[in-house]
Amino acid sequence: MTYEPGARVRVKPGDPDHHTRVPGYVRGHTGTVIGAIDQWPVPDDSARGIDPPRDETCYAVRFSAADLWGSGDHTVTVDLWESYLGRP
Amino acid sequence: MAGHDDLPVAARARRLEERLIAAGLTSDDEIDEYLTKLYTSASPVNGARMAARAWTDPDYRDLLLSDGVAGAAEMGFGDLTYALRVVPNTAATHNVIVCTLCSCYPVSLLGPSPGWYKSFAYRSRTVREPRAVLAEFGLTLPGEVEISVWDSTSEARYMVLPNRPAGTEGLGPGELAGLVTRNGLIGTAAV
Repeated sequence: MTYEPGARVRVKPGDPDHHTRVPGYVRGHTGTVIGAIDQWPVPDDSARGIDPPRDETCYAVRFSAADLWGSGDHTVTVDLWESYLGRP
Repeated sequence: MAGHDDLPVAARARRLEERLIAAGLTSDDEIDEYLTKLYTSASPVNGARMAARAWTDPDYRDLLLSDGVAGAAEMGFGDLTYALRVVPNTAATHNVIVCTLCSCYPVSLLGPSPGWYKSFAYRSRTVREPRAVLAEFGLTLPGEVEISVWDSTSEARYMVLPNRPAGTEGLGPGELAGLVTRNGLIGTAAV
């Protein structure tokens, strides 16, 4: 597990040509790791028939609405595989 | 349910089934058996029973919140095909579930998902303006209650544990479970 709870992480920007499970609205945004959920095959690999797919830790990452949208007082928590993330 | 067979998406789903059957990956009987089993047992009564027990049994609450699959199994739902995370409402935080990418949903514990859950409007607006969305469901939260939105983007499915309503101390398990609605377990109702 690379990221401990509380770690700040930045979602990689960009729009890949292939299937991914990164919602567009968090790309390039920085959030806080709430915790690791589990380890699963990376959907981007599975969808492209890459065998075996990478098996990676998936993290719950929390974003503030103000950071995502410029307004709002709520938070949005998104599950993101490790290779979707980097240090800010 | 007249007319669904005529929808283009139904024709596409059938074409996909035919391709899978032709490839020897499944059969009509297997698909029918799976769907029958799923839709005869899938009901929000299941999630409601889990929530009601968590209200009265602190050890069960701890189990459910730390390991949703084990919590479901403890109540007899041992065949989940997904990871389950249960997020508890508190006096300070209200949780609401959405799947912006598609319509991920814990069907076996909540029953078939409502049409609005799959709508573009719900999926796009809930992450952006949840307070307004919840108000349209009739749930107006005090300003000091923070809203925590969970976007189901992974293999995990989410369920909300609502707050136990005041004045329910004398109720038994069945009566408590009867208070819990499907929308309460999604987060678009208080209970």
